[in-house]
Amino acid sequence: MQTSGYSERLMQARTAHGVAAAAALEKPAGSRPDAALLGRRWRETLVALLQIPSAVLGGLVVLFWALCAVFWPLLAPYNPTIPDYTHALARPSLAHLAGTDPFGRDVLSRVLAGSRQVLILAPTATAIGLTGGILIGLLTAYYGGWLDDILSRVMEAIMAFPLIIIALTVLFMFGASPLNTILVIGIAYVPLVSRVVRAAAMSVRDLDYVSAARLRGARGPEIMLTEILPNISGPVAVEATVRIGYAIFTIASLSFIGLGTGPDSTDWGSMLYALKDYLPIDPWMVLAPALAIASLVVALNLLADGLRQATRA
Amino acid sequence: MARYLLRRLGLLLITLWLMSIAVFVLTAVLPGDEAQIILGQFATPGSIAALHKQLHLDDPVVVRYLRWIGGFVTGDWGTSPSNSDAPITSLIPDRLGNSLILAGSALLVIVPTSIALGVTAALRQNRLSDRAISVGTLSLMAVPEFITGTILLFVFGVSLHWLPTDSIAAIGGSPLASPSHLVLPALALGLVFFGYVSRMMRASTIGVLESAYVRTARLKGMPRHRVLLRHVLPNALGPTLTVVASQVGYLVGGLVVVERLFNYPGIGTLLLGAGLSHDVPLLEDCVMIIAVIYMLSNLCADFLNAALNPRVRFGTG
Repeated sequence: MQTSGYSERLMQARTAHGVAAAAALEKPAGSRPDAALLGRRWRETLVALLQIPSAVLGGLVVLFWALCAVFWPLLAPYNPTIPDYTHALARPSLAHLAGTDPFGRDVLSRVLAGSRQVLILAPTATAIGLTGGILIGLLTAYYGGWLDDILSRVMEAIMAFPLIIIALTVLFMFGASPLNTILVIGIAYVPLVSRVVRAAAMSVRDLDYVSAARLRGARGPEIMLTEILPNISGPVAVEATVRIGYAIFTIASLSFIGLGTGPDSTDWGSMLYALKDYLPIDPWMVLAPALAIASLVVALNLLADGLRQATRA
Repeated sequence: MARYLLRRLGLLLITLWLMSIAVFVLTAVLPGDEAQIILGQFATPGSIAALHKQLHLDDPVVVRYLRWIGGFVTGDWGTSPSNSDAPITSLIPDRLGNSLILAGSALLVIVPTSIALGVTAALRQNRLSDRAISVGTLSLMAVPEFITGTILLFVFGVSLHWLPTDSIAAIGGSPLASPSHLVLPALALGLVFFGYVSRMMRASTIGVLESAYVRTARLKGMPRHRVLLRHVLPNALGPTLTVVASQVGYLVGGLVVVERLFNYPGIGTLLLGAGLSHDVPLLEDCVMIIAVIYMLSNLCADFLNAALNPRVRFGTG
């Protein structure tokens, strides 16, 4: 029933309004995607992704830490914050797989608990960056003009300035709280993301289905949201994954420097700094959070690399 | 060529100017009363007012900015409250020199190695060693410098006892006096580079290997190693070097973390000290200096790129 009505409309459009309008009603590959088309495309990407071994490994590690972030109270053998001075600085044993810290807290439990904070902060900051970046990227790609030229040049120069120095300065002056951390990283990400979105949007901006949409009478914002955005979801997803990885990198570095959330917190960076002098005594105490950070960031990068290959295929 | 360089220089100055405004706004305008921040929570109103007068904090914002940036440009960098009011011009240059030594050592060690790795990967393209190098360098790239630093400390310092684990041997002495203390921090700093440089080298080597002149050389009967040395390497090196120069920004960011890990007396630790003790003048000047160094290295990267690639110079690149 549906299809016959559709082809009738198609015939009418062809004769009444000309071929361009008919083209807009047809759905060539890559035109205004409906939910089913998007779903299929993402399923194809997933299948392609699963063929890349490094991406699968990365995905599994990320999944592990994500589950940890949610379920650590069930997984951690001990309470990570309550000190137990009778067992301070214990060597790794069956009871404490990574030993205990100077306050007697089980290191493994602290590492597992630490995943929650970093996996809340990093994606939130990235989400802020993505929102602003997509907005600006789409706007500059679609409307262009001299503002775009100036903005791009200036952005290019400032953009690669090390995030950690910017974040450092802001957190020193405004205080190191989770909110400030999220805001500074998120806002600093906006120009970075907007550049990627702009480049991707510009490559689809001149394609036929966009002109067809304009002929149909669609206005700028509608075109950007319904035509351009779904078709650049590949590069945007890759960028998002990379950004989350780098956010984790920066957050860990910041808390290593001392701009985390306090000496008692379970975030990995400050754990590492507090314990690093114990390296000769009990290396696993220091290596546990180190390997946690390393595994998560590397996994996200492997995943992003795999996504890049999968969405290109 | 000259016009291109002048244009880039102009862009650099504009960008530096914008950055100075950003730094000033972030450190002196937005956070509130600078005198309060410097003196801390328990300062009396009298001392705050006195510091206000001393630092001219009651002047309009634009005047304060112009005074600061004017002083910065002419070499008058003010004094640092957290270092007993020592003039900042006496504090920064030594530390900056140390940091440059560290960064230089990092590049010296890492760049040749990663170039060699990149060429190897290109020569064994798509075989297992190539894939392994690819995944390996990608992973190294992602790991924060203080993590690799910690692991290096553990492996070479603690386990094998090959290298010292404490910081610079003599306080106040030059790091060059004790090179063994430089190795671990330099490695930690540089390993992030490994990925970019070797990948870039691999890509450009592959491109050169497929070119006509290399094929001619081989067909002429030139032995393989001579082809590599005289034709492949010089031509593949160009883009890679410009990539290295443009990634110096990562070094600057990594410096802060690595210096903290190894207690290295560089500008990173100076910056951190300034921040932790709420020393606003020192913090401002440190960040500005870092920004200048960063922009200058980007400029060098642009010059290098323009010199090696005529298309960039004449606008079609």
